[in-house]
Amino acid sequence: MNETSEHTDLNRREFLTRSAATAGVALAPGVMLYSVAQARPADEPVSSAVRWGLLIDSNKCASGCSDCVSACERENGWGTGSTDETHSDATQKAQWIRKVEVKNTETGHAFTLPMMCQHCENPPCADVCPTGASFRRDDGIVLVDKHICIGCRYCMMACPYKARSFVHETLTDQKPYAPRGKGTVEACTLCVHRVDAGDSPACVEACTAENHNAMLFGDLNDPESPIAKTVATYATTQIRADLNLNPGVRYQGI
Amino acid sequence: MTCFANLKRSLTVLATVALLGASAPGGAADSGIPMPSFMEPQGTQCVEDTDFMRRNHMEVILDHRDKTMHEGIRTKKHSLKECINCHAADYQGDEKAREQHFCVSCHQYTAAQPDCFQCHSLKPEQPGAAR
Repeated sequence: MNETSEHTDLNRREFLTRSAATAGVALAPGVMLYSVAQARPADEPVSSAVRWGLLIDSNKCASGCSDCVSACERENGWGTGSTDETHSDATQKAQWIRKVEVKNTETGHAFTLPMMCQHCENPPCADVCPTGASFRRDDGIVLVDKHICIGCRYCMMACPYKARSFVHETLTDQKPYAPRGKGTVEACTLCVHRVDAGDSPACVEACTAENHNAMLFGDLNDPESPIAKTVATYATTQIRADLNLNPGVRYQGI
Repeated sequence: MTCFANLKRSLTVLATVALLGASAPGGAADSGIPMPSFMEPQGTQCVEDTDFMRRNHMEVILDHRDKTMHEGIRTKKHSLKECINCHAADYQGDEKAREQHFCVSCHQYTAAQPDCFQCHSLKPEQPGAAR
């Protein structure tokens, strides 16, 4: 009985998402109204009742595929998604998300995974930030307030995931919803602008659109959400769990 | 070094505005004082009175900025993105059009530093974009 009602709910959710997407294509001026209507109201602050999380299944993540990375670049206007950063070399350029290939040299077992800001519950970047620019939003998204960032890069040293980048040059080609600027540190925002509008991050959308389905985004605090159900059912791993940071990004098959 | 460069640029712009002011219609007030020239906004009514916005727009968007950044409040009123959507056209890399940018032209005229646009996009959102 319960199972049936859960399925009904899921279908309803999917239906709403899809119908909103269809309406978005058909009605350009009405898009905002539709997509905001099902998300948290725009005038309501985020709350800790929600904990956004991302589950990445390394078994489904294909070696050589970087659809998530290019989707992030296009969405947030860094890397190949931007005409800026022409003077920086590869080690200096912004990198919000990267694909990592891992191989156990003893057994030969190899797998690949996307690595980005892990959106820790206890973020070391925020701990060391001298100005309060690095912070964790109530819903678990770790961000840099670039208005306050002085570019000291302590957070880059503190992050065990090497997830943050420093912008070395003047930029001109930013996206309206993803401001970036010289002298500040930046990282994956979990596509906070999309999440606030009720959508998934661009990487997740790209992975799903290509039928890889290796990334699952949702509210870890909502027991009915697919991500909460999956982490409750299957063994999942946090990278460097020994640090007790409780990242919001979890992995399967690693 | 940068300060001198900025000062030099500001002076150049002021001189250019002053030169244009003599001939360009709308570029100079009747009093002969050179004024910045910019494109007209697309909307008919600003979210606040013009006089209020002239003096206080920076405070208004500063307040909204913190709410958006830290609390995820994304109301449209007092949002910088909405200022741009109404006040600016996509100048498509055309430097002359960029100088007509509502915000940039006045910020250059008054030598406002830093302005928002070292990080924020000067271009309006693409029509049809879902956010």
